[in-house]
Amino acid sequence: MTQIMLSGVSKRYPGGHDALSDITLTVETGELVLVTGHSGAGKSTLLKLMAAIERPTAGSVLVNGQNIGTLRARGIPFLRRNFGLVFQDHKLLFDRSVFENLMLPLDIGGFDRREGARRARAALDKVNLLHKEKARPITLSGGEQQRLCIARAIVHRPAVLLADEPTGNLDSDYAAGIGRLFAEFNQVGVTIVLATHDTLLAELLAPRQIVLRDGRLQS
Amino acid sequence: MRAWGSAHYRACAGALRRLAATPLATLLNIVVIGIALALPMAFYVVLENARGMASDYSPQPELSLFLAPEASAADIKVLELRLKNHAGLASYRFVPKAQALEQLKSRAGLGDVAAGLPQNPLPDAFIVAARDSSSAALETLRAEFAAWPKVAEAHVDSDWVRRLDGLISIGRYAVLMLAAVLAFALVAITFNTIRLQILTQRDEIEVAKLIGATDGWIQRPFLYFGALAGAAGGITAWLLTAAGLLVFNNQLKPLAALYGLPLQLSHLNWSDSVYALAIAVVLGWFGAWLSVRRHLSAQNPR
Ligand SMILES: Nc1ncnc2c1ncn2[C@@H]1O[C@H](COP(=O)(O)OP(=O)(O)OP(=O)(O)O)[C@@H](O)[C@H]1O
Ligand SMILES: [Mg+2]
Repeated sequence: MTQIMLSGVSKRYPGGHDALSDITLTVETGELVLVTGHSGAGKSTLLKLMAAIERPTAGSVLVNGQNIGTLRARGIPFLRRNFGLVFQDHKLLFDRSVFENLMLPLDIGGFDRREGARRARAALDKVNLLHKEKARPITLSGGEQQRLCIARAIVHRPAVLLADEPTGNLDSDYAAGIGRLFAEFNQVGVTIVLATHDTLLAELLAPRQIVLRDGRLQS
Repeated sequence: MRAWGSAHYRACAGALRRLAATPLATLLNIVVIGIALALPMAFYVVLENARGMASDYSPQPELSLFLAPEASAADIKVLELRLKNHAGLASYRFVPKAQALEQLKSRAGLGDVAAGLPQNPLPDAFIVAARDSSSAALETLRAEFAAWPKVAEAHVDSDWVRRLDGLISIGRYAVLMLAAVLAFALVAITFNTIRLQILTQRDEIEVAKLIGATDGWIQRPFLYFGALAGAAGGITAWLLTAAGLLVFNNQLKPLAALYGLPLQLSHLNWSDSVYALAIAVVLGWFGAWLSVRRHLSAQNPR
């Protein structure tokens, strides 16, 4: 059960730029939602608000009825463990192997190392990176890095996947593969919010779409 | 519970790996911490030894009454009776001048001097222990005895002990202040070391925090690192002090032989050593905690 509810949400970054204005929307449990819009429309900001990486300047963001805007700092880590996050800039760690990158969320969640290793390999297999287990992320191609980032987001089997441009660097074959992967997750009940320019994903998944324009909802 | 234990184990192992990853920097750090701790430790050791010697040599302050050279056996009898009836005394004993000379001769190095004397220059004396050994009471007694007939001079034997005690208590304050200043230095050293570590690992910290790590989880390896560095520094300080004592005691040996005194300084006893180590660990941990707190709280969402 993970419902995300935004009502009257605005975000103004320090410096005075309004990235989002008066957004009201609900993502139901098990839904797959695509967020589209031009560059700078506020897609990433929307996802960051959902994961409590940014706090709204007005309005409220509720995850399972819990108001994220007023959540105390020590509650945030436990909220975030419900999410799998694919970052637009990947945020991979270059000082350790592909495998150890995947172990990070599991270590954080306090998983048994052996059980964790099994899950990490399963996740790598899903994104076709098992043969790169021992490689350093810096030696991976852009697309491989992106797939690693997706694997890290799903390795701890989160209830919600928040993916920011997950297919940005992938060719259409791989993008379609990732699209199918998301569809699979969605089928087993994972709520998915995707921010993307990729029209291919929209065609493939035929999801509900949210279109942003200069920080406002367009429908 | 097992997962919790193994998480601590991994954090500790991670801290050790970080120590080993930069051996030179680690070594220098530990030496700096060691020196910072060795100074107050050595000072404390010297004080403790001085205190030990002071209490060894004079368990109870006494008064000496030196009699005038012309005092006769009858005079001595009269004085003895007055002492016997004096309410303020715990005990007294008479030391005839012949016995005093014998004692002097038996003292190492002075035998020859005494043997060379044409006649006994020492006076007869009473050695008196008071019931109340506070310095005010002793001073009153001393004045009283000095006024008695045939008493040439009276003085409090423990004056030097009291002076030494005074010096030692001043010394304790000095040690405390020095320790406080150097404790601050130790905290500053670990604070800065951890700050540099955080800078090289800011990506890891940022990502870990983004994907749900608690501050406690992120802090843990740094805190272990601080505590381990403190412990290593504490052990270094102990060894430095031990080395210093070894050299010092060697220098002291001829002097000690000359005076026939057991002038050897001993190191901290076990419980003090454990305390010192514990303090070093806590200070290292605290410096790391300050550093990592400051960094983490700057990363909360706004
Ligand atoms: N940390 C920040 N500080 C200040 N302004 C920001 C910050 N992050 C984003 N912005 C601004 O907010 C607006 C929306 O940014 P956002 O990243 O949400 O856009 P986006 O839709 O994800 O764009 P893209 O498709 O290029 O990723 C942009 O104008 C951007 O300049
Ligand atoms: Mg974006």
